[in-house]
Amino acid sequence: MTNHFDVIVVGGGHAGCEAAAASARAGADTAMITLKYDGIGQMSCNPAIGGLGKGHLVREIDALDGIMGVVADQAAIQFRLLNRRKGPAVQGPRAQMDRVLYRSAMQKRIAKTTNLTTLEGEVVDITYANGKLEGVVLADGSTLAAKTVVLTTGTFLRGIIRLGQKATPAGRVGDSSAVRLAERLDELGFPLGRLKTGTPPRLDSSTINWDALEKQPGDEVPEMFSFLSAKPQARQISCAITHTNEQTHAIIRRDLDKSAIYGGYFESTGPRYCPSIEDKVVRFPDRNNHQIFLEPEGLTTELVYPNGISTSLPEETQVEFVQSINGLEQARITQFGYAIEYDYVDPKSLRYTLETRNLENLFLAGQINGTTGYEEAAGQGLVAGINAARKALCQEKIQFLRSDSYIGVMIDDLITRGVTEPYRMFTSRAEFRLSLRADNADQRLTPKGIEWGIVSTERKRNFDEKSRKLEYFREILVTKSLSPSEARDHGIVMSKDGVRRTGLDLLTYPGVNLEKLVEIWPELYEIDMKTATLLENDAVYSRYLERQNQEAKSLVEDERCKIPDELDYMSMKGLSGELRSKLNEIRPETLGQAGRIEGMTPSALAYILSTVNRRNPLGHARN
Amino acid sequence: MIFQAISEGTIFAPATAKGKSAVAIIRISGKHTLEILTNISGVNLRPREMVLRRIIHPKNREVLDEALVVYFPKGRSYTGEDSAELHLHGSRATLKAVMSCLLDEGLRMAEPGEFTYRALLNGQMDLAQIEGLGDLIEAETETQRKQAQRALDGEISHSTISWKNELIHCLALLETEIEFSEEEIPEDIKNQTISTLLGLRDTLLNEVKGVDMAERLRDGFEVAIIGPPNSGKSTLLNYLAGREAAITSNYAGTTRDVLEVYMEVEGLPVCFLDTAGIRESSDPIEKIGIEKTKKRAKDADLRIFLQEPNLATFPGVEWQEGDLKLMAKVDLVKENDLKGVSGLTGQGVNHMLEDIARELENRIEKVGVMNNTRQRQAIERTITYLVKAELELAGTNGRSEIAAEELRQAIRALETITGAIDIEQVLGEIFSNFCIGK
Repeated sequence: MTNHFDVIVVGGGHAGCEAAAASARAGADTAMITLKYDGIGQMSCNPAIGGLGKGHLVREIDALDGIMGVVADQAAIQFRLLNRRKGPAVQGPRAQMDRVLYRSAMQKRIAKTTNLTTLEGEVVDITYANGKLEGVVLADGSTLAAKTVVLTTGTFLRGIIRLGQKATPAGRVGDSSAVRLAERLDELGFPLGRLKTGTPPRLDSSTINWDALEKQPGDEVPEMFSFLSAKPQARQISCAITHTNEQTHAIIRRDLDKSAIYGGYFESTGPRYCPSIEDKVVRFPDRNNHQIFLEPEGLTTELVYPNGISTSLPEETQVEFVQSINGLEQARITQFGYAIEYDYVDPKSLRYTLETRNLENLFLAGQINGTTGYEEAAGQGLVAGINAARKALCQEKIQFLRSDSYIGVMIDDLITRGVTEPYRMFTSRAEFRLSLRADNADQRLTPKGIEWGIVSTERKRNFDEKSRKLEYFREILVTKSLSPSEARDHGIVMSKDGVRRTGLDLLTYPGVNLEKLVEIWPELYEIDMKTATLLENDAVYSRYLERQNQEAKSLVEDERCKIPDELDYMSMKGLSGELRSKLNEIRPETLGQAGRIEGMTPSALAYILSTVNRRNPLGHARN
Repeated sequence: MIFQAISEGTIFAPATAKGKSAVAIIRISGKHTLEILTNISGVNLRPREMVLRRIIHPKNREVLDEALVVYFPKGRSYTGEDSAELHLHGSRATLKAVMSCLLDEGLRMAEPGEFTYRALLNGQMDLAQIEGLGDLIEAETETQRKQAQRALDGEISHSTISWKNELIHCLALLETEIEFSEEEIPEDIKNQTISTLLGLRDTLLNEVKGVDMAERLRDGFEVAIIGPPNSGKSTLLNYLAGREAAITSNYAGTTRDVLEVYMEVEGLPVCFLDTAGIRESSDPIEKIGIEKTKKRAKDADLRIFLQEPNLATFPGVEWQEGDLKLMAKVDLVKENDLKGVSGLTGQGVNHMLEDIARELENRIEKVGVMNNTRQRQAIERTITYLVKAELELAGTNGRSEIAAEELRQAIRALETITGAIDIEQVLGEIFSNFCIGK
């Protein structure tokens, strides 16, 4: 076996898998090192993929020929498109997963990826010289060399699990915590912070009284994640909904001081959007119940994930409050809920490629950067994987922008603003929300993926065919038009202003859809559902897309203006002390990024630009 | 995005100090400079050559002033872009009319320091000048510090902070409905948003009126003297003009038919307008003058109607709430209890001034906190987007993501007054109000 690779990816979680696959697609000789081969693709929190913002991320990963979407489609046991009745920009595909199916589908996918070697082992340290990373050290003392390394160690860095008053050092339950690696990062001057997150107890399905509960079935027409998937592979099931009650709340209140979170054992910050049941009871005393989704963890397992009651109360309290809930009177807990506290690296110290500034050739992705969620992890894995590969192969780096993807929004948020709680994607974080839809992710990103050489020929063919149809029918729609009176003849009401409306214009009128237009112009007859939906969705926001395109253009311009790495902000006397130290910490790579730093003023920005221009007298940075 | 917000569009600003002066200069800069210059002052402007032109409002063809106009092409100007200067007569009314004409033409008022900023962007500044920028940044900080101080004193930002909070609240309500539709959130969220938006819209509309008033406080209230020919208008104005040293200027206004007299009335800046006699006329030239007078009189803050015993109405100018009706040439009238005024003897003038002051002070009490055009523009833009958001929500197929998009624009407009509003604030509002999260 060779012990020299282009890229080594440390960790086989969601960030690691996506990073390794992306790096291999990009043509780099890649190795993925994981503790246990069997742990690859493990879903350690809730058994679901997607949702609002998160579903968008999965689609974007898929558009770049990533693996999460395809694997999720194979393992999904219930599909639901969130916000189905709202506008297309805020619809998010989501699905429940069978954990076992997901893991095995992921492992198969990884196994058949060319350019990718999987190794079992524990990475305990990294080696470097002259500020450049050289390789990794395994627990058995052996060393593997690589041109670049992607670290995706999740919550392992100095992880501490807290359950009631007990504290155990560990990553996830059953895994060991990487202390030596954390100390190395400390030594290299990485800014570290601490975060916490929690998980609910898991229940035995056979002890739940399902008949007493409200069922939540999946969608009749499932919305797949991957642009390549046609239909679900696994049997489809329903989830159920129950609620906590006054008695549950009384039990929780009584034992609050025994909760790890409320007993004052934590100094780190937990996520606001994922509060523990303790949090909910304390912060919203007026609520006499809270919703719980009972999500089966798979078709062959008896495990159920009660989504909504994450807790760090002692075992006996967990049993008592769970059994006070309707339908769960006899429920047996198979694994208790716990809270976990872990180190993360302040992502402000990263570049937009997710390479660290502290150590060249080292890339970080996933929870180690202060994010939460499989999708966020995978998105970063993709970015780090591609860039680590390109750096190893001496190719240009790749930047995702806020205007082209949710991935771009996430990366920019992380490196510009850092995190104060585990970072989760929301659609409201994307100022270009109306343009960045889940349904057009391939239109936005696949061409880029093709250009970067990370898209398979199958997907390319698929995409070209879809684009061809799209353009063909769009052309018909912009050339065909009706006068107001002609429109009236077809039952479409509009003001009689004598202005002709194109087919695309007509789509924005209430009650007009492509089916209607097919009646008017039979040449549209051959249009398929996917193409029709895309065209209709574009029409919904047509009035806003122009403005967003304008803004996107100016953003791209600002992003093109690069700021050199070694700019000495501390000597810029014209800037306020606060701004100087912020700039020094974040070290924006582009003028656009600098402009998004909190407290930035136009003149300060101009000052920076002029300094850049002065250093670069041959031409303006901005052109 | 602070950078793109400020680096776009064609901008203008008065380059001379506010207040009366012989000449007032407006600077314009940006790629539409020549196009707009041609629109308002005619074709064939030669670069860097100052010419005398009439400034005409392209929409209503009204002559605003006769001014010296000079055009600096790209690369040979202070900012480095196409730019121009208009040297106007120093009347506040003229300056204001030209400025509002430029706004109508789609120009934007420059942010503080924006001309310099553009000069810098376009590489027009040398090293020493760039170093000097530190002062500009300092000044910006100083302005912010002062604004923050005023906020503490409750003078300015007291209300802007509450608008900002309401806007954030509305956006948070919409976003909750979008991001957490799976969660148990109150059902009437849409109606709640609509009613908050409507309330905020009304507050802001009042504020815009208040801004008007604040501008008057700075630039002067206009009081039109109206009456038929020979009702003693000019005599009254002459009396006011010659009365005391408080008079600030006296010259023929650039709008030709209206004579302006500035003076202080009990500490308030007032500009009296002598309107050309309003009467029926068949002379087409005179007709134009009369129409203009009527408009000016109608738009004034206050009107004094000089009445003759036998003439009760004035064609074309309506009485508005708070206007004064006074008997003309009261010195010729025998009854003493009649409210009147005489420019000849000065009889009733003090009473008239007291009444004017009382009425204006009444209005000032309703003055809002905003005090300049730039802020008003920001509020007006905010209102525009608020209304769009509200309309979208109230519509039958109202889409919350579109309403949210409008609200984001509203917030961006308001940000020029309140400072940046962060999505984290919106998320924070969501999580503190709703129990969200599985």
